[in-house]
Amino acid sequence: MNEIYIYIAIMSAVTLAIRILPLTLIRTEIKNVKLRSFLYYVPYVTLAVMTFPAILDATQSQISSGLALIIGIAAAWFGASLFQVSIICCAVVFLAELFVI
Amino acid sequence: MLTTNKQALAEGFRDGIPIGLGYFVVSFTLGITARDVGLTPFQGFLASLLNNASAGEYVGFALIALHAPYLEIAVMTLVVNARYLLMSTVISQKFSPDTPFYHRIFVGFDVTDEIFGITVARAGKLNPFYNYGAMLTALPGWSIGTALGIIAGNILPPSAVSALSVALYGMFIAIIIPPSRKDKVVGATVAISFALSFLAENFLTSISAGTRTILLTVLIAGAAAIFYPISEKKDNE
Repeated sequence: MNEIYIYIAIMSAVTLAIRILPLTLIRTEIKNVKLRSFLYYVPYVTLAVMTFPAILDATQSQISSGLALIIGIAAAWFGASLFQVSIICCAVVFLAELFVI
Repeated sequence: MLTTNKQALAEGFRDGIPIGLGYFVVSFTLGITARDVGLTPFQGFLASLLNNASAGEYVGFALIALHAPYLEIAVMTLVVNARYLLMSTVISQKFSPDTPFYHRIFVGFDVTDEIFGITVARAGKLNPFYNYGAMLTALPGWSIGTALGIIAGNILPPSAVSALSVALYGMFIAIIIPPSRKDKVVGATVAISFALSFLAENFLTSISAGTRTILLTVLIAGAAAIFYPISEKKDNE
């Protein structure tokens, strides 16, 4: 129980430091192109790595999550919002498991 | 000045309503993950209030479940939330130079993907009260949603839990796909990330999921930065 609060404290301290330190310490623009580029690509790589293949193990059937992945990517590609893509993926899994399993 | 601040607060609140509603629904799923890990509703509420980060909390909860070393959860939180470094840096450029220190701290407290989006989309210098208005919906939406997800997770049928479990992945997809369409390098980076992640999970089974994410991120984002450094124009999009 206490261990969970320690974990939450560590997560929160790191997250808040990440958000607050640049705003308070960096008053001039970062000029290093390589560093800027690296930070630019980090979210895409990290989120992509975490999404696939992990999404396939998130549901009761790999068919439903596989369909959600494909249809979610298509929806995002054609301009669906974050909220819409999220709901579409849920709906695909729900319907697929209703009929496939 | 007071009227301007009040107006900015109202506009931020208005723009924050869809964010808060979206967060409420999506954080419900995060709550289900938190419940599986063994967090109480209050612990989930606290974690979400202080972190307000989907991917960061998701990874954090997954590592809590594994009883990971404290250093690993710190490093992974840093890696997964590293994008906020750049976002906060961009926002720091929108501040008027004479912005007081405490405004920088409070705005920094809740730099999320969505609040970053509406902040940079606003023309001119940043009025911190605009962000405070958005935070009035975003923070309760996310933290209360998480707590309710932990409470309600027990009563939802397996089919509903299964369906809601992909909501976060849907969020990730929604974040990475639109830039992939606009920018071929980002698209290729995402495709390579999918492929190497798949290979790593199947052939490097001795490495933990957390470490795998760190290694692949440094490797792929590093390579992309070396071979395709971003131009100033792209950086400002």
